[in-house]
Amino acid sequence: MSIEKQAIDNLATLARIAVDENKVEEISQRLSSVLELVDQLQAADTSELENLDHPLQGTQRLREDKVTETDQREAFQTIAPDTEEGLYLVPKVID
Amino acid sequence: MHNLSITELVDGLKKRLFSSAEITEHFLKRIKDLDAQFNSIISITEAEAMAAAKVADQRLAADDAPALCGVPIVHKDIFCTNGVRTSCGSKMLDNFVPPYDSTVVANFRDHGTVMLGKSNMDEFAMGSSNETSFYGPVKNPWSVDCVPGGSSGGSAAAVAARLTPGATATDTGGSIRQPAALCGITGLKPTYGRVSRWGMIAFASSLDQGGPMARSAEDCALLLNCMASYDSKDSTSANRAVPDYSATLNDSLKGLRIGIPEEYFSEGLNKGTEQAVQNALSEFEKMGAELVKIKLPNTGLSVPAYYVIAPAEASANLSRFDGVKYGYRCDNPQDLEDLYCRTRAEGFGEEVQRRILIGTYCLSAGYYDAYYGKAQQVRQLIRQDFIQAFENVDLIMGPTCPSPAFEFGSKGGDPVAMYLEDIYTISTNLAGLPGMSVPCGIVDNKPVGLQIIGNYFDEARMLNAAHQFQQATDWHQLSPEGV
Repeated sequence: MSIEKQAIDNLATLARIAVDENKVEEISQRLSSVLELVDQLQAADTSELENLDHPLQGTQRLREDKVTETDQREAFQTIAPDTEEGLYLVPKVID
Repeated sequence: MHNLSITELVDGLKKRLFSSAEITEHFLKRIKDLDAQFNSIISITEAEAMAAAKVADQRLAADDAPALCGVPIVHKDIFCTNGVRTSCGSKMLDNFVPPYDSTVVANFRDHGTVMLGKSNMDEFAMGSSNETSFYGPVKNPWSVDCVPGGSSGGSAAAVAARLTPGATATDTGGSIRQPAALCGITGLKPTYGRVSRWGMIAFASSLDQGGPMARSAEDCALLLNCMASYDSKDSTSANRAVPDYSATLNDSLKGLRIGIPEEYFSEGLNKGTEQAVQNALSEFEKMGAELVKIKLPNTGLSVPAYYVIAPAEASANLSRFDGVKYGYRCDNPQDLEDLYCRTRAEGFGEEVQRRILIGTYCLSAGYYDAYYGKAQQVRQLIRQDFIQAFENVDLIMGPTCPSPAFEFGSKGGDPVAMYLEDIYTISTNLAGLPGMSVPCGIVDNKPVGLQIIGNYFDEARMLNAAHQFQQATDWHQLSPEGV
């Protein structure tokens, strides 16, 4: 199974990765070869099986609803690319 | 000094034969003198190490020393370290200094270990050769033209080159066992949930598991004693007591039933590797174990299932790297979309981008059931194979990898050729079982590994078997020329 150029563009948009036009051909080829490998799964008969989401079939634990974390905003923001008055800055979204 | 085992270092420190400051200085000097050839360490934490060694020496002097007090160790650069850059082998996190310690790092700190530095790795742990690291490939100390394996190639090479007595590592599809095999050291991937994943940068959350690397099973047992814990901060952490893995190392192997899966000895396995593994199995027979032929019929489906599940989970996990709160941000973004798209295109390497795109494809509307759903069902099949096999055997053994270390670039541009490197290791991750690799021979002047797979939470038995094997053989004591 091969992936068309348009499908790569769509994937790139969904994944929020800017894809270089010159590389689309190569990406398409490599993704196709991985999908060819993955298509071997279709031959397996799994009609009777449930999905296995957790390797030990565990369930999510619940914890008491109480505050356990302290406010560390300042420490967290020292490693941010751009902040102002405790807020994270990004390019303008609304004109 | 660098040839002493962790067990010997602990003993020597307690007897004051040397101080932690002396050993720490010795290993730091080795890293500075020798690592230019191997590139196994991304960050050397000299000041932190010397300070920690000083504290360790004070505790040793006061007879207030925890189990591994004063022992130097290297952490894979996937474990967050408070105040020390944690890059995950990526340009995306080249400037990321975490404001907290991962549970694994905190556990080791609490047990008194001294961190020498952070080891090199495939970017976001995606690779089997360490060629995808932003910091350049790690070279195999046995042959610098060859890969060390991956993704924990830096940890494995550093242990093999005697730059550290032990290291932490992680394994999502073989990333502890395969580099351990290729570098001639011992490495263990515990049962899913045995070691906390909190603060360990996520690749594929239902497969990722941290574990120790050292030269011997005896040393891995000491490290796992510190590393394993129940952690309420990791919702998949196993809430069960951690046994003393050192206590049962000397148990007899008489009557041990070892399953030998026929699928692990099929086409594609290097003849020399096969012979080395057969010789190792004969050693176990000599020690009173019984070899039992078993079948794991769905082994062939493990690589395809993995390359749906791992990229799918990775595409979700890596969506957090968007240039907003930490890590890399592209220059002059035009708008928010441009900020996201260029940050991720410039910050992630080729293999990481490829896996994100594959994962996005498998999870996208109309494909979810055919890919992700199907792979999760196949995962069930693989798990059932193992459960059935373990009804009749105590351990399963076979090769860790199809062949010894390969040369850089030899898998060409074909990702699938690289993926098949993990054919014998991936199925245990899918099933959540523990697996380890121990050196069992030399082929073409390079080490090869025996894989030992255990039942759920049966790490003690695996370490016992590995230790007995290492008492009878000396493959784990061989060192690369010149180190």
